[in-house]
Amino acid sequence: MAVKGLVKYVVRRGLVLYATMLAALYITILVANMGGKVDEIILADLQTQIWDTVNRNPAYRALSGAERERIVKQMLENEIKRLGLDQPFLVRSFRYLIDAATLNLGRAQFMTSDTGSRLVANIILERLPATVMLFTTVMVINFFLHLFLGLYLSRRYGSLLDRVVVALAPTSVLPGWFYGIILILIFYTWLHVLPPGGIVDVPPPKDPLLYALSVLKHMILPMASWIIAGFFLGVYGNRTFFLIFSTEDYVEAAKAKGLPPGLVERRYILRPSLPPIITGFALGLIGSWSGAIITETVFNWPGLGSVAYMAIQYLDTPVILGFTVIYAYLLMITVLILDIIYGLVDPRIKVRFG
Amino acid sequence: MSAPGAEYGLKGVVRELLSYKSGIVGLAILALLVAISVYAIVAIPYEEAIRLWRGQEAMWIDNPRTAAPEWVEIFVGKKLPRTIRLDSRVRETGVSKTVIDLPGTGMRKVLIEYRFRFDYDEPPSELNIFFFSNYTGSSAPLVRLVWRKPSGEEIELLRYGLRAPDDKLYVSISDAVLSNLVSYYVSKYPVNVSERVTVLKLLFGKVTGKSLESGDFEVEKGDYKLTVEATVFSKDVDLDAKLVVYGTVHGIAGTDHLRRPLEIPLIWGAPIALAFGLTASLVTTFLQMIIAVISGWYGGWVDSLIQRVTELYMVIPFLPFLMLISTFYKIDIWILLAVVIILSIFGGGIKGTRALVMQLKEYPYIEAAKAYGASDFRIIFFYIIPKILPPVVPGLVGAVPGYVFLEAGLAFLGLGDPFLPTWGKVINEAYSNGALYRGLYYWVVEPAAMLMLTAFAFAFLGFALDKIVNPRLREL
Repeated sequence: MAVKGLVKYVVRRGLVLYATMLAALYITILVANMGGKVDEIILADLQTQIWDTVNRNPAYRALSGAERERIVKQMLENEIKRLGLDQPFLVRSFRYLIDAATLNLGRAQFMTSDTGSRLVANIILERLPATVMLFTTVMVINFFLHLFLGLYLSRRYGSLLDRVVVALAPTSVLPGWFYGIILILIFYTWLHVLPPGGIVDVPPPKDPLLYALSVLKHMILPMASWIIAGFFLGVYGNRTFFLIFSTEDYVEAAKAKGLPPGLVERRYILRPSLPPIITGFALGLIGSWSGAIITETVFNWPGLGSVAYMAIQYLDTPVILGFTVIYAYLLMITVLILDIIYGLVDPRIKVRFG
Repeated sequence: MSAPGAEYGLKGVVRELLSYKSGIVGLAILALLVAISVYAIVAIPYEEAIRLWRGQEAMWIDNPRTAAPEWVEIFVGKKLPRTIRLDSRVRETGVSKTVIDLPGTGMRKVLIEYRFRFDYDEPPSELNIFFFSNYTGSSAPLVRLVWRKPSGEEIELLRYGLRAPDDKLYVSISDAVLSNLVSYYVSKYPVNVSERVTVLKLLFGKVTGKSLESGDFEVEKGDYKLTVEATVFSKDVDLDAKLVVYGTVHGIAGTDHLRRPLEIPLIWGAPIALAFGLTASLVTTFLQMIIAVISGWYGGWVDSLIQRVTELYMVIPFLPFLMLISTFYKIDIWILLAVVIILSIFGGGIKGTRALVMQLKEYPYIEAAKAYGASDFRIIFFYIIPKILPPVVPGLVGAVPGYVFLEAGLAFLGLGDPFLPTWGKVINEAYSNGALYRGLYYWVVEPAAMLMLTAFAFAFLGFALDKIVNPRLREL
């Protein structure tokens, strides 16, 4: 019963979110094509494809350069007609939307993936694991750190530690990448104990264990920068939140009934405060996708962010556009996963769909 | 008015703010930043700032490259060289110029002597001579340079003919000067000369057989003299020269890789950051509030439309989208500001405010207003917004650093304003020129400190305001 309701809820949210994301993609295409960039990308891509087929086809090999060029031009025109690229922009824009939605992102102008592929989707997606490894780990660590320390402090409200955390809460206005620069200055430039960037030593160690250790060593600074950046405000926020919840009448009632403090905490404070805390986590996770771009650039971490940085440096327009599309997908998936978690913890949703 | 914040007034809020330590600190830093901004705009007007910042290297040619600020001496514990600049075209102590006609030949001898005291603990970073002559055709003046060290050693550095009327001689990287110096000292101390000797080390170091072999020199302190002896081949031709001995420290903020003094972007960053952060935060917060009130007040299809748009905004990837726009359209900072605002107006703040409005709708004073026929406009702008304004203000102030860092982050990615000097851009340039690897701390620390000051000012104010408008937080 409850499972069926949840499935119904998830499917419905999924469909709504997918439609929303298509709308977001469409807006992106409209904005990107205000200067004709999308048209440019599509035409250039088509042209390379046709040149490729003509050059590979032995039947054309005997022809002179000029002759071949004429054929390519002819084929290009036919293709443009066939694909409907000569139609007005309104019609074309939907074609572009389908391309974007099916991750058919075309070829990069200058960049290649590490495996040598020119396809934008490959260039971007091969970097995804590095980003997920670093930032999703950090976000999960942060979540539990803030949750448990917040709970701990709400019990010891008014203690020295509590006052220190409250006083230091404003330090969290500095973003993670900014702490990253400061940490590099301290631990690399000054103390020379940790690497300033990259994911693994150069040359990479052969032994898998040493390799893993090297990766871990490179993860210390980027992770630390995000943990420091979020720490005090995160703990402060949760602590204040729990404090507000722990003064509710039903908590007092539970205490008066003589329930053990652990039970009161779990069932009467933590449980009802979970949905808003998860919302906070969701917003943090969504924000982390963006924040990763600058932090990865700071640490030269070979993830999504550094692809974006490189694409800006090379002015590789298909990659920049493709990057935005993939980010829209990532955001949609993140929001959907969080909706599912929400559905699991929020009894109101179960009631509505159950 | 029944709004809880209304009885304060501006004076009251400031007085209240001053009762919190964080409020005092925040206001003090903010006042400092405003003072810096006013100074920046008055002392270096907008156009002038761009000109100074975008000017070619010629504008700053007398400054050392990547020189630390002068106050780093406190940390280093050494006396670091300042830039010594001696120009024969200006009458100043330390320079003398004599012109002797050589009778019967039509030639003239120009003798320029530079005397300066060098008692710093490190050699200079560079040494250049800039010539200014008015010869035409092929009769270029011949120049002979003689260097005298405090010990009395006189070394001929170079003889050469000017290649252009405004020829520049980069003495410190000249191979000819190096080989002359080495052969002078080798004849004195017959040892294997280390690969690590440089022109500057030989010019300013205490040279012994040992130091020549090791390549490590101690600075020879005392009075130096450089003589420029030029022969010109016509009575109308004159020659002047400027000697620049570049230091390793410069001014209060140091210089960057293009010799530009960093105090320009440091002080100009302040008005830009304040204008960007405050405008973005103010406009976004108010528009979000108005949208949320409309959504909550009218309900129905207006509400669901606004809710859908809010969801749409959630899946538009904010930073990638911003990056796409700024790379495709090469926008300046003010258009960037507009784009940021457009991309944030349907942001996260709407949900909370809307819920608040839904509660307010049921309040008796709103019911009463409806009953006596107040218009929707009147109710929204005179009855609802004043009521929900106080809780929104701390968020507004607290959101400013986010926008300041957004601009800095974009500049760090190389997407900042193409002309204006900003803090993020300085960090970007420091980064791409390897400041972190070369240990040029000041280049990163200075703009970072300014960013931190700005962020903390608003964060402290935000926290203090939060306590004022949410009295419940005061107890916690």
